[in-house]
Amino acid sequence: MRRGRLTPGAVRKWGFIASFLAAPLAIYIIFFVSPNLQALQLALTNSRGISPDFQYVGLDNFTRLFEDDVFWAAVRHHGLILLVMPLVTIAIALFFSFLLNLGGGQKNGQLSGVWGSSFYKVVFFFPQVLAVVIVGVLFQAVLNPQKSGILNSVLGWFGIDPVGWLIKPDLALWTIIGVMVWQGVGFYVVLFSAGMAGVPKEIFEAAALDGANRFTLFFKVTLPLVWNTVQVGWVYLGIAAFDAFALVQVLSIDRGGPDNATTVLPLEIFRQTFTYYRFGYASAMGVALVFLVLTFAALTLRVTRRERIEY
Amino acid sequence: MTITPRDITRRQLLARVGLTALVAGPFLSACATGGGGSEAAAPSAPAPSAGGASASANNPFNVKADAPLEVVIFKGGYSDEYATQSHEPLYKKAFPGATIKHQGIQTIGQTLTPRFAGGDVPDVVNNSGTDNLDGGALINAGQLLDLTPLFEAPSVDDPSKKVKDVIVPGTIESGLGGDPAKPYTLNYVYTAYGLWYDAKLFEKEGWTPPKTFDEFKTFAEAAKAKNIVPFGYAGKNASYYAYWMILISAAKIGGNKILLDIDNLADNAWNNDAVKQAAAAWAEIGKFMDPAYEGLIHTEVQTQQNQGKIAFYPSGSWLEAEQAKDTPEGFEYGMVPTPSVTTADAMPYEAIRAAAAEGFIVPSKAKNAAGGLEYLRQMLSKQGARDFTEKTKSLTVVIGATEGLTLSPGLTSVAAAQTAAGTNVVTFSSFEGWYKELETELRKQTNALMFGRISAEEFATKMQEAADKTKADSSIIKQTRNV
Repeated sequence: MRRGRLTPGAVRKWGFIASFLAAPLAIYIIFFVSPNLQALQLALTNSRGISPDFQYVGLDNFTRLFEDDVFWAAVRHHGLILLVMPLVTIAIALFFSFLLNLGGGQKNGQLSGVWGSSFYKVVFFFPQVLAVVIVGVLFQAVLNPQKSGILNSVLGWFGIDPVGWLIKPDLALWTIIGVMVWQGVGFYVVLFSAGMAGVPKEIFEAAALDGANRFTLFFKVTLPLVWNTVQVGWVYLGIAAFDAFALVQVLSIDRGGPDNATTVLPLEIFRQTFTYYRFGYASAMGVALVFLVLTFAALTLRVTRRERIEY
Repeated sequence: MTITPRDITRRQLLARVGLTALVAGPFLSACATGGGGSEAAAPSAPAPSAGGASASANNPFNVKADAPLEVVIFKGGYSDEYATQSHEPLYKKAFPGATIKHQGIQTIGQTLTPRFAGGDVPDVVNNSGTDNLDGGALINAGQLLDLTPLFEAPSVDDPSKKVKDVIVPGTIESGLGGDPAKPYTLNYVYTAYGLWYDAKLFEKEGWTPPKTFDEFKTFAEAAKAKNIVPFGYAGKNASYYAYWMILISAAKIGGNKILLDIDNLADNAWNNDAVKQAAAAWAEIGKFMDPAYEGLIHTEVQTQQNQGKIAFYPSGSWLEAEQAKDTPEGFEYGMVPTPSVTTADAMPYEAIRAAAAEGFIVPSKAKNAAGGLEYLRQMLSKQGARDFTEKTKSLTVVIGATEGLTLSPGLTSVAAAQTAAGTNVVTFSSFEGWYKELETELRKQTNALMFGRISAEEFATKMQEAADKTKADSSIIKQTRNV
C-alpha cells in the first residue's frame, strides 16, 4: 500500500473510521460550533432580534461591556462562586465518601464505611435527582425570610430572629452558593466513592497495618489515589460556577438582586435578550462567558496536572 | 460608529412598532391616497366636521341608516357577550335598518391581517389578546381611522357634552399613536391605582384611611400597636407596585408634568424636588414594613393582607378579582387615593392614577367607517358602559356609568374614587414600556429605598444617572409625549 493513494484497503480503513465520526461530528458542528460562531457574528452587530436587518458595529458591544457595571458585578460573582463553591463541594464530598467507604474502621480485616453508609449514599444522591428548578422552589420555602420559613423557624427554636437569607445584599450570594453546594455534593460523593472503590483495598490495608490513622489514611493515601477524579470534579464544578442561572432566577430578589448582589452572566444575557431585545449585546456577553469558561477549563487542566499513579 | 444615530432610530422605530413585513409597509401606504388618518380614508369614510349640514346630534357621523356594520370582538377574558347583548343592540336601536355582522374570535391578528392587506376590512375591531394586530404597523400603513371626530362628537346621553367630556381624562392620550400623534385607539376598560385595604377591618378598629402622610404615619403607629403592618408590598417580583405609588405622589406634588418630564428624559427630571419629596415620604412608610417582604412575591403579600396582617397594599383595580378565591368571608376590599405629601400639592388628595386599556379601532378603509365611529359612540353611552361592567365585572372609561348597578365592594370604591377624582387624574408612565433598562433600574432602586438601603436623595441621584445613561445611549430609540 503506497502512501497518498486511495487503495481499496485505505478506503475501507478510513471509511470505517469516518462513518463512526461523521454523525457525532455533524451534531457537534451543527449544535455547538455553529451557534457559537453565530453568536460571535451577532456580537459584532446591533441586532434587536426582531428584524432580519441589522448593522455591523465592530467591537462596540465589547466596549460597552467594559463600561457595564452590571456585567462586572456578574463577573465578580462568578469569581466568588468559582473560589468557594467547588472547594467546599469537593471538601464535603471527599469527606463523606471517605466516611462512606473507608471511615468505619476494620471489619473482618477489611476496611468499610461507617454504619448505615449504603443508606446515606442514597440520601446524599437525592438532590441530584431533582431538577434545578425544583431545588429552587424547594429552597424558596426553606429560605423564606419570614418566621415561618423552614430554616428560620428552626433558628426560632433557639431564639434567633428570622434571617433574610436572600434579602441581605451581603448574604444573598453566599446563600445561593450554599444551595449550589447542597445540590452538588451528592453527585461528587458518588463520583469519589467510585474513585475510591477503584483503588485496590490492599493499599489501604497495608497503610492501616503500618499504623496510619484515619487522618493520614485520607491525606497521604486516599487523596493522592483519587486525585484524577477530584480533578475532573473540579472542572465540572468550575463550569457549573459559570451557570447558576436557574437558581438565581428562581431564588433571588428581583432577579439578580437585591442591588445586583446575586446576578450572574447567564441571567444578564437572558435579560439583555428577552427584556431589552439587545441580541447583539447579549451575544457579546455570551462570547465573554464562553471565553471565561474555556480559560478556566484550560487553566485547571494545566495547573492540576500530576503524574498518574499506576496500580 | 459606522452609522449615524439617526439611522438607528429610524430602523429601530420600525423594529419597535414591529412592522411585520418591511415590504408590506410601502405597498400598503401606496394604497392610501395621502397623509394617513381620516384624510387617507376611502371615499365612504365620513367627513364629520365638514358635513355639518346633515349631521345631527343623533347621527353626528352621517351614518347611512341601512348600511351594514361588521364588528370583530376579541373573545377573551371579557368574552363577547357585552357586544352581542348590549353594544350591538344599542346600535341597532339607533339604526333599525342596519344589519350587524358579528365575529367573536381569539386570533384577531391572524384573521384580520390578510383582510387588511386585501382592503376588505371590518368596521370596528376590538384589537386585543396575545395575537392582536400590530397597531403601530397599521398606523404607519395608513390603515386606521383618526378617532378625533368621535371624541369631538356630541355624547349619546347628553348632546350638549362632547364624548371627550364624558370619558375619564387620559383615555384619549392613552390611544395616541403615529407621528404626528393622533388618537387611533379607543381604550375602553378603566384601571385605577391606589392603596387597597380591608374596609371591614378599618371599621372594626375605628380607623379611617389617612389623607396626608402625617396622618399616614400616625396611622402606621396605631396599626403597629395592633400588630398589623401598616403598608406592605412584595419586593421579590412586584417592586413596581411601590414605584407606582412614588410616581403618583410625585405627580400629586408637582403635577403631571413631573411624569411627562420623566417619560421625555428631560434633564434632571428625577432630581426634581417633587420626586425627592415623594420618595422620602414613602421611604418613611417603608420603615414600618417587615423586611421579609422584600423576599416575598405579590400573591404571598396579598394573601397576608387577606389574613389581616397588612393594612394597606398598593395595587390596581384588578386586585379584588385576582384575590377573589383567597378573600375570606368578612373581608371587604376598598381602594383609596395615595395621601397628600405637602399642603401645597399641585393635585388634591382625591387625585388617582388611572389608565385605560382594551383597545378598539376603526379601519380607515372600512366600508361603513362612519358606522364604526357611531358604534364606538354607543359603547361610550352610559347604557353601553353599564352593561359592559355588569357582564365583565370591570369598569369602563365612561364617567358615572355605574349608577344603579350593584358593584362588588372594591369596584364600588374604585367608582367612588373615580367620581371624586374628576379631572384630577395622575397620568400613566410611558417609560415603563419605552425604556426597559430604566424601568429595571427603578425596580432595583425602589426596593433599595423602601427597605432602607438608600436615602431619597440617593434614589433620585441613581435614577437620574440611569435616565441620563438611557438618554445618552444612541442605540435606544427615544420617544416623547406632550400629554
